[in-house]
Amino acid sequence: MAPLAPRSGDAVFANIERVNAELFTLTYGAIVRQLLTDLEEVEEVNKQLDQMGYNIGIRLIDEFLAKSNVSRCVDFKETAEVIAKVGFKMFLGVTASVTNWDADGTTCSLVLEDNPLVDFVELPDTCQGLYYCNILSGVVRGALEMVSMKTEVTWVRDMLRGDDTYELRVKLLKQVPEEYPYKDDE
Amino acid sequence: MIGAGKVKHYATVLDKPLSKGKQEVSLSAFAFLFSELVQYNQTQVDNIAELERRLEDAGYAVGARVLELLCHRDKGNRRETRLLGILSFVHSTVWKVLFGKVADSLEKGTEHEDEYMISEKELLVNRFISIPKDMGTFNCGAFVAGIVRGVLDSAGFPAVVTAHFVPMEGQQRPRTTILIKFAEEVLRREARLG
Repeated sequence: MAPLAPRSGDAVFANIERVNAELFTLTYGAIVRQLLTDLEEVEEVNKQLDQMGYNIGIRLIDEFLAKSNVSRCVDFKETAEVIAKVGFKMFLGVTASVTNWDADGTTCSLVLEDNPLVDFVELPDTCQGLYYCNILSGVVRGALEMVSMKTEVTWVRDMLRGDDTYELRVKLLKQVPEEYPYKDDE
Repeated sequence: MIGAGKVKHYATVLDKPLSKGKQEVSLSAFAFLFSELVQYNQTQVDNIAELERRLEDAGYAVGARVLELLCHRDKGNRRETRLLGILSFVHSTVWKVLFGKVADSLEKGTEHEDEYMISEKELLVNRFISIPKDMGTFNCGAFVAGIVRGVLDSAGFPAVVTAHFVPMEGQQRPRTTILIKFAEEVLRREARLG
């Protein structure tokens, strides 16, 4: 069977089931609020959000590959573009732009202009250290790990903290060579 | 290069115009998020009742905000003050906004005057959920029950709201019924208003 042509983020998004973004936004808000009540420390909440994102990422990659027909990316540059234009669009209905590449092409920024997680949100003084959208960095890290890329994903700009946009810094740490998860019977 | 000039900046969230609520995200994005909510809460409790209570609490927070948002945006800052009015607001307006459709049915309980039921053949939050045998009657609809309670309570209609699976003849999956039991004061007020 001939490989299916990769689909654009818009095409995938138009053809999948969708829900109102406000339900999503408010549910995420409820989660963050619950974590803040339970864990008390903002640092712990950041960690937990990242962990939840990671859990999502390692499962979400399957759906991404199945629905987007994206084939193997030739390099990390292409990977970043695909995440920004297809990945974000397909799940959150928004696209990101890829910028600020470093010289050796292993670190870049995903800049989000529209972010459905943060509607209605304002950080109170007590939560200034909170990375409200930390779940997103976890998702990217988890999803890339499943396609053999170890990454470090951090927020460098966050509008809730007074910056002018949302910027996620993605750093490729290493590309894990593919191997079978089991040993041959000896 | 970073699309400068496209994004408008507002001093506070209150200066920002209220969105029309037409934006969407994928159903799976929501399902993934909801599943994390359930899994996280599972680590915080010892029993099913507690888990349902925590999901309900999370839902309550959503409901309280949904009421405020919808009254402001869709109803010109007015809210329902009568029992049937608020029930149909939940069943129609709230459901339509949150779940994209009006709820399948709204019924009055036959045995008790203070009970009403909103039923849904396939509740959005239960779409991708199968309950393990050892979790008995646990229903993730507790989250939606919480939303309903949040709306009702914030509108001045305190009630106990619970979610139940109801087996349907000829259907493989049970439907979910959200049972609303209003507080006594609500019914007394209703009677007085005539």
